Amino acid sequence: MSEELLAGAGAPAEVLDRLRRRLATRAHEEGLLDVAYRTLDSPVGPLLVAATPQGVVRVAFAVQDHAAVLEELSATVSPRVLEAPGRLDDAARELDEYFAGRRRAFDLPLDLRLTRGFRREVVEHLTSVRYGTTATYAQVAVLTGRPGAVRAVGTACARNPLPLVLPCHRVVRSDGTPGRYAGGDAAKEQLLRLEGARA
Amino acid sequence: MSVREPFERAVRAHGPTVLRVCRAVLGADEAEDAWSETFLAALRAWPDLPEHTDVRAWLVTVAHRKAVDVVRRNARATPVPELPDRAVHDEGRDLDLWHAVAALPHKQRHAVALHHLGGLPYDEVAALLGGTTAAARRAAADGVAVLRTTLGAGTTTGGRS
Repeated sequence: MSEELLAGAGAPAEVLDRLRRRLATRAHEEGLLDVAYRTLDSPVGPLLVAATPQGVVRVAFAVQDHAAVLEELSATVSPRVLEAPGRLDDAARELDEYFAGRRRAFDLPLDLRLTRGFRREVVEHLTSVRYGTTATYAQVAVLTGRPGAVRAVGTACARNPLPLVLPCHRVVRSDGTPGRYAGGDAAKEQLLRLEGARA
Repeated sequence: MSVREPFERAVRAHGPTVLRVCRAVLGADEAEDAWSETFLAALRAWPDLPEHTDVRAWLVTVAHRKAVDVVRRNARATPVPELPDRAVHDEGRDLDLWHAVAALPHKQRHAVALHHLGGLPYDEVAALLGGTTAAARRAAADGVAVLRTTLGAGTTTGGRS
């Protein structure tokens, strides 16, 4: 404000934090929280996790630009987007357990609305590639009943809206090298090492 | 398809302004209720808000309406003296400022809240408070003059033209 007299008029951060938490709770109670999100730290960098009332809808790495991902969710799901860590307690706990080596599969309600058609079929098949193992893009193509669609499998993995939870990091090249990853190639290698799939 | 930005961004960008406006026309606790009502109503309307809406001005307008609702509701209920402020909200000079704002005549208090804290131009202040743009400008100026006197010297001001 240009009036210095009023410049000291406080809006204390701790009050605003409390009000934002209260808003998220009330929005949830009134059915207005279409997209809840939180960020959490992980060995592969900060993760954004977002959920609709149906389930977890998006997991994104920092290299994917969290601000851009939120804008995308706002445009494609709903602009009623709020940070609401409480709504993602289960997802955060399971991810923490996974990174600590204490969880091999996720048990979370998922909302797959961000993927459709063949790509959706591919990501739905990813959980059949078990913890600690890998499959080639060609093998996943066979798994989905379209052995010729190796390239499309690659695209589906690259655009997986739920990396980690739907383990596209376990899909590797035919020559055994890890291949590309939305979270960065180094992250893919790190995850495979964590799972013991690679020395 | 909506081009609205994530609502969280509006909360973070304008939450402080809305809190100041509510605080200027209400006590500390009531201001928090009005803030919550404002953002809950805004969240409800958010997907259908016209594309080029000035979000801050819109939120300040909603906040003012919610604050006036709170005042009316309390006027109908048993009158309660304004609650003492909790120390966590305001300290020292800030507390003096809110007390001084609360002591202003109604129209000055609201004009100061809407223009100086909410950033609304005088014609929009006039539309909310009734009366002319010139009257709104005068009420805000008079309010600031009273505040300056109440809060004592030592405060210089850049002023608004």
